[in-house]
Amino acid sequence: MSSRERILGRVQRALADVPPDDTPYDQAIERAYLGEHGNRSVEETVDLLAENLADYRAIVHRTDADELPCLIMRLLAERGPRSVLVPPGLPPEWMSAADATRVHDRAVSTPHELDTVESVVTGCALAIAETGTIVLDGSPDQGRRRITLVPDHHICVVRVPDQVVSSVPQALRRLAPNRPLTWISGPSATSDIELDRVEGVHGPRTLEVVLVSGE
Amino acid sequence: MSGTFVGMPAFPKAAHEAVHNSTLRGNLRHATHTIRAKRANAVAEVSDWAALREAGKQIKDHTLRHLDRYLVQLEESVTAAGGTVHWAADAEEANRIVTRLVKETGESEVVKVKSMATQEIGLNEALEEEGIRAYETDLAELIVQLGKDRPSHILVPAIHRNRGEIRDIFAREMSEWGRPAPDGLTDTPAELAEAARLHLREKFLRAKVGVSGANFMVAETGTMVVVESEGNGRMCLTLPETLISVVGIEKTVPTWQDLEVFLQTLPRSSTAERMNPYTSMWTGTTNSETADGPQTFHLVLLDNGRTDTLADEVGRQALRCIRCSACLNVCPVYERAGGHAYGSVYPGPIGAILSPQLRGTDSEIDSSLPYASSLCGACYEVCPVAIDIPEVLVHLRERVVEGGQVTREGNKVVLKPAKGHVAERAAMRAARWAFARPGVLRTGQRLASRTRRLHPRSLPGPGKAWSDSRALPALPSEPFRDWWQRTRGGSGKDGGK
Repeated sequence: MSSRERILGRVQRALADVPPDDTPYDQAIERAYLGEHGNRSVEETVDLLAENLADYRAIVHRTDADELPCLIMRLLAERGPRSVLVPPGLPPEWMSAADATRVHDRAVSTPHELDTVESVVTGCALAIAETGTIVLDGSPDQGRRRITLVPDHHICVVRVPDQVVSSVPQALRRLAPNRPLTWISGPSATSDIELDRVEGVHGPRTLEVVLVSGE
Repeated sequence: MSGTFVGMPAFPKAAHEAVHNSTLRGNLRHATHTIRAKRANAVAEVSDWAALREAGKQIKDHTLRHLDRYLVQLEESVTAAGGTVHWAADAEEANRIVTRLVKETGESEVVKVKSMATQEIGLNEALEEEGIRAYETDLAELIVQLGKDRPSHILVPAIHRNRGEIRDIFAREMSEWGRPAPDGLTDTPAELAEAARLHLREKFLRAKVGVSGANFMVAETGTMVVVESEGNGRMCLTLPETLISVVGIEKTVPTWQDLEVFLQTLPRSSTAERMNPYTSMWTGTTNSETADGPQTFHLVLLDNGRTDTLADEVGRQALRCIRCSACLNVCPVYERAGGHAYGSVYPGPIGAILSPQLRGTDSEIDSSLPYASSLCGACYEVCPVAIDIPEVLVHLRERVVEGGQVTREGNKVVLKPAKGHVAERAAMRAARWAFARPGVLRTGQRLASRTRRLHPRSLPGPGKAWSDSRALPALPSEPFRDWWQRTRGGSGKDGGK
């Protein structure tokens, strides 16, 4: 007998007390929790996102579509003469004012090569206001998961208000499970020393989120 | 379970030693009190906490009650998405499978995401025996591994270490494992985190094989979820070419939507955050065009005592656990005794009900764990999936004392009553006999009341130790029932309404 059969057999014997007409899934779970917390206007939801992002030490900028290229140029320039990773489908105008050398992530690029690049600029799939979270789903304007991981500086552009949802349940409804997803809430952190939160371990130690309107 | 914990002394003995370690007590007190207050705030922020907790409980209960069906569905979904599913009945089999999979890649080192399941099965030791080095990459796990230590907390395995001790371990041991600690390393947490970043980076960049657990597995989609803080998880899950995840079968949830409950309750309960810094979700492997992350994915589904636990209708609720560790942080016993005294990778209240069920109550440590509690119930109050830990503790105490039918490795066996507990059983038998005979009870109570001036202040014989630190209850001059007969509750013969 294979271990698969053995384990499934054990499970079935262990559940001898469960009747065949046990309550089905859709009736067994009472979803009395809220779809979102509180009543907010669209502007207030965007404000809450900015507030919660900042609370977990992301640096938040607000701008409009016209000013975006200049802002990105300035954010990169502030960190010295740099190379920057760009995903394949990043809108070219976002980078139109930037001086930094653009590096493209190819399938054959090694992690060591990526480690020499200091910054990365991406879009996102959506952002969650209540938790201060941005979610990446590997779309062309975000690239592979590794490009937002290895560089030490991540600039993430969120189109507001279109890409902003209030809550975790709303976010899950808009995301596709079969895509590789990364939920990011502030820069890398740890609570492992005396259960106190410290920013900056393995992921990007600086996370800048640009909330752009009219994009 | 892990060989590291074999032959552990019973909880009272281990705890007795731990409570006399004032550094340990100071470290634990500081850490648990810090997180306790923060967690309370994080939970208070969401007005529907009670409803989320109830939904989490119901999702887990429903899944467990139909686990065979959901495991088969999960297997189908993962396979359809390009992953390979393996089944491991026990620790030994799981270790054998992982070792074989690593060897097939031709590699001799792996990077690991913090995982309770791989600690439970002693994977690192098993790999070491086969010449494969496993690098722990979670900061706290790194501290434990470098310090040749044992974990003492589910979430923060090095909670028993303060910053000064961590600095010393890094300065002393890092060079053994790779890049040495920077010169002049101080004990500020930011510098310690930086030292770990530098030390581990080279390992991440060259790693070809990653080993992880998972917090959740979605049956309908085959999606795996890993919740973390540091980014070491993302490194291990995305940079290597091969990913092997070892996950307990109870981590299954039926649907994608179910994640909306646990992604709200887990971060708030465990690290007191609205959301943890990083959550990774992946479904099998991506196609070669996108080529995002490992191109080979193996899922090892682990039983190792879980189906035996499932067979116990009272005890099975322990399988709802999402490993948040809130119960450890509020527990007065854990705070004083520390995690090592529990003799298991699962310490604290949840460990006291999980370890004796996963491993059986045969050993000295496991038969003593159900007693490692004052039954105050704080653990139940904070549990985000409402595991009634005191209920299971009492249930397991009964099993230890009385014996009875349990399931071991899928077979029904009858346990003999444990040795010891003779006085307890005799006292319970006497009480049962007396309570069943009102005349005897009345006579006994009257006799006790009339002789009360003669009662000793402490118990004689084996009861002495117990009464050394406790006052015996004072007996009234008249038994309650006599008083009631005489006064009808103090309001004459019509009183007591």
